[in-house]
Amino acid sequence: MNITRSTTRVAAAVATALLATTLAACSGGDGDGGGSAEGATAEEIEAALQEGGTIDYWTWTPQAEEQIEAFEAAYPNMTVNLTDTQGGEQHNTALTNAIAAGEGVPDVAQLEYQSVPQFQLPGLLTDLTAYGFDEHEALYTPSTWGSVAQDDGVWGLPQDSGPMALFYNQEVFEANDLVVPETWDEFVEQAQKLKQSDPDKFLFNDDGNSAGNVTSLIWQAGGHPFQVDGDTVTLDLADEGTQKWAGVYQQLIDDDLISHITGWSDEWFQALDDGTIAAMVVGAWMPGVFADGAPQASGKWRVAPMPTYDGTPANAENGGSSDVIPVGADDPVLAAGFLQWLNADPESIKVFMDAGGFPATVAELGAEEFLGYESPYFGGQKINEVLAGGAEDVVEGWQYLPWQSYANSIFPDTVGQVYFDRSSMLDGLAAWQEENVRYGQEQGFTVNG
Amino acid sequence: MAQSFAQPRRSVILTVLMAGLVAYSLFPLLWLLISATKTQDMLGDSFGLLPAGPFALFDNIAEVFTHQDGIFARWFGNTIIYVVAGAGGATLLATLGGYGLAKYRFRGRAAIFATVLGAVAVPGTALAVPTFLMFSEIGLTNTMWSVILPTLVSPFGMYLMWVFASEAIPTELLEAARVDGAGEWRTFFTISLRLLAPGVVTVGLFAIVATWNNYFLPLIMLSDRELYPLAIGLASWNADAVGIGAAPVFHLVITGAVITILPIVAVFLLLQRYWQSGLSAGGVKG
Repeated sequence: MNITRSTTRVAAAVATALLATTLAACSGGDGDGGGSAEGATAEEIEAALQEGGTIDYWTWTPQAEEQIEAFEAAYPNMTVNLTDTQGGEQHNTALTNAIAAGEGVPDVAQLEYQSVPQFQLPGLLTDLTAYGFDEHEALYTPSTWGSVAQDDGVWGLPQDSGPMALFYNQEVFEANDLVVPETWDEFVEQAQKLKQSDPDKFLFNDDGNSAGNVTSLIWQAGGHPFQVDGDTVTLDLADEGTQKWAGVYQQLIDDDLISHITGWSDEWFQALDDGTIAAMVVGAWMPGVFADGAPQASGKWRVAPMPTYDGTPANAENGGSSDVIPVGADDPVLAAGFLQWLNADPESIKVFMDAGGFPATVAELGAEEFLGYESPYFGGQKINEVLAGGAEDVVEGWQYLPWQSYANSIFPDTVGQVYFDRSSMLDGLAAWQEENVRYGQEQGFTVNG
Repeated sequence: MAQSFAQPRRSVILTVLMAGLVAYSLFPLLWLLISATKTQDMLGDSFGLLPAGPFALFDNIAEVFTHQDGIFARWFGNTIIYVVAGAGGATLLATLGGYGLAKYRFRGRAAIFATVLGAVAVPGTALAVPTFLMFSEIGLTNTMWSVILPTLVSPFGMYLMWVFASEAIPTELLEAARVDGAGEWRTFFTISLRLLAPGVVTVGLFAIVATWNNYFLPLIMLSDRELYPLAIGLASWNADAVGIGAAPVFHLVITGAVITILPIVAVFLLLQRYWQSGLSAGGVKG
């Protein structure tokens, strides 16, 4: 993504600038930190859906079209206009723009978990407590629910989840006599062994651009570098968990064990396909990407639980998103009805899963049919047993920054440099923290760190 | 025989140097053309500058126009609209303005000229956010107008037309026309515009290229995929290869890029005669 990085950064800056404008515009109001929705009861929502109407839905989920078909079949008077936005920064920019402009605001929009605080804190999301959505808590895994329910409100419903797992190329492992690592120390050992045995191959790739992977790994290590309490943000990118992760990565970097192939590039897909990259630690949504992007490696890859630090299972979310109702949506009641059906109705979740989505709901994660699925791409392995198992071990209490997308955009300049000049990871993290403290203060937050 | 500019001296070093530069600048284009003939699988599997695998150019082109319900054709159409309305309008306004500044004396002319010169120095990207906020105030974001209206303003085009009009149209000619009883509009359309043609083509070409390549303005103005121009659309296909539910279509991005540059190449070749004379006009006092 080198090509688009600078553009992404500019876009992130624009989004933040617009956000600041919106903040200023909102602060004249009641300032309750959220959309003061009228609310509706379950019966009122159902009645509104029966009566029908039109709503706009922004998403990049590949399953959306089929879900909408099923929804319109269930509620024939409803029409859902689908806007296929790209994930991540482009989507956030467009959404911020629409809310700032007050024009063309979608009724329901997909939002990455890491972007929820960025929209919730300035009051750009509707509090769904008024629609009784707090009652859905038991449906979802604690970590995904924790990502949408914060600050005494419910700001969305989880759509999918991304508990992490170790994906590895069994053929390469066998050819080089590697064992599947259970701890991070073993992981580093296997990486060294692979390098000696076949210098062209890598156990791991990280181009230093992807903050999302690193924050997930810090999360797994038990770090809590970002703490948000209202307008007060505390940063500590040198806490115990962060240091644990940095220790492992420092070894990988010092011994030159990380491939610098840019993630999601053509070259990267090829490297997954031909075994140049022999393993990766990534979210549970990855199998579908493998099948699409590395078709020739079919049958070679396997899944194992994520390596741990001390043998105690621990996991983190990597990616994953929720759906929210932005402030300014034309018809919040219909939006609530659609949102509830989309992410809480078993029928919709079934459509979502049949098309390759990885659920966030406890019932589906524990369903026999789901767990028993034998993936042809993974040589008939019951991959969901491993992946769903990971969802139970997600470390609780993780928080993202209210300006996470900006933080991610400057990550390559600070932490990312360490990958290339093999300097100290802790210094890189300190530089990242410093930039974030400065930026957070500029944005009007009280920042400790 | 004495050397003259009509018979330039040959220089081996210069020739080699220029050949190197030409090769360097044609390299990416060559890669692009060759890559467009490959399938998605072969793209990463083969050496970039040699054809490999089945010749898939025509399959790729067909897929470009059918992928995602043929949205590429829509983007192509949008780009044409932005170019015709935006770049065309910008050329027209720059021509009228530049001509007016060059050939009429009026109060505040110096101030206007200073403003135009100053505006040339401001990059469009810096104005994108203020423009967005302004457009959101009047409710025009996420419409075609939000891309067309800002494109109409071309300070550089106006400056170029001013220089060109000053040199290309003898004031005596205008006076003669006035003496013969022609009105200002008639003088402009029947006499001046013809003399200005090379300049108009040059300014138009600049505007067309700028609009065709414009990325940042439509990126922040438009949220509806149906309104995207080609540049944003191709970037969105590229972005489809990232993240959950990723569907890499690099072969379509590459083939789409080839299709995207063809019209610009064609415009350049067709108008070459005109813009060359346009650029050099004013360089020598006749």
